[in-house]
Amino acid sequence: MRVTINGELRDVPSGLLLADLIAQHTDIRSGVAVAVDGEVVPRTGWSAYVLEDGAVIEILTAVQGG
Amino acid sequence: MAETFTIGDRSYASRLIMGTGGAPSIEILREALIASGTRLTTVAMRRVAAGTRGSILDLLAELEIDVLPNTAGCLTAGDAVLTARLAREALGTSWVKLEVIADERTLLPDPIELLDAARTLVDDGFTVLPYTNDDPVLARKLEDVGCAAVMPLGAPIGSGLGIRNPHNIELIAEAARVPVILDAGIGSASDAALAMELGCAGVLLASAVTRSQQPALMAAAMRDAVAAGYACRAAGRIPVRRFALASSPSRDESPAF
Repeated sequence: MRVTINGELRDVPSGLLLADLIAQHTDIRSGVAVAVDGEVVPRTGWSAYVLEDGAVIEILTAVQGG
Repeated sequence: MAETFTIGDRSYASRLIMGTGGAPSIEILREALIASGTRLTTVAMRRVAAGTRGSILDLLAELEIDVLPNTAGCLTAGDAVLTARLAREALGTSWVKLEVIADERTLLPDPIELLDAARTLVDDGFTVLPYTNDDPVLARKLEDVGCAAVMPLGAPIGSGLGIRNPHNIELIAEAARVPVILDAGIGSASDAALAMELGCAGVLLASAVTRSQQPALMAAAMRDAVAAGYACRAAGRIPVRRFALASSPSRDESPAF
């Protein structure tokens, strides 16, 4: 299936868990937040969240700014 | 400073809020933050690039400076609300510097989207500090929907143009029941002092320090300017006169010691 991660289309195995996708994308654990289809998914929900085809995932962290 | 600087349920010893954008290195930023004396500092929320490593949060934690996430780059209320919620999840703070800009060229706030986002975030339990235009009416409306402060711009972000409409900043400060923080446009120490003399409760700046030739030295200058401007306002300046008023008497009128 195809999902969009931070604006980029990616092919991933169907039924992929959000927690596994995040682990593939970054080593950062603190100061990171994730939204799927425009809704924040709390950290405690990552390991049980099964991604669906077409999901739009945003993974954000704090950087210098403002 | 006689009175502490209180926003929402927190009080700060410094009236200078710093931004972290534009610093040439994390070490220079570190020195500047220390020199500024700030206790509250903004960060931006951005997509994690593969291989990104966290460092700004570690620095703020080390310096025991509270983190204020912003929604920089958001063009709609919806984007800003989602970014604020992601920041709350990522950083564990319900404080947000709310920015909803109208376009990339001016970076001026979009008042309609800003007010909409402010209302939504206040209802969601956020402590909202909106970056706003120097418009007294919009400032009042932001206060009315429950913002914890209002942060009018002096001039466009990063422009260093100073305070283009001091009269409006004074009007906003006079009417507000929440702290008014001059945000954006500061170029020099005199701009920061003027903001405080106009009645602002604090100043937020980044580029004026981080993009200066010597950031730590400029940070110290801004710290002193904010303190001087605040003290000047509290002390009550002399009225402006058209003609001279001699400070040396024509005969001895000194009170007896």
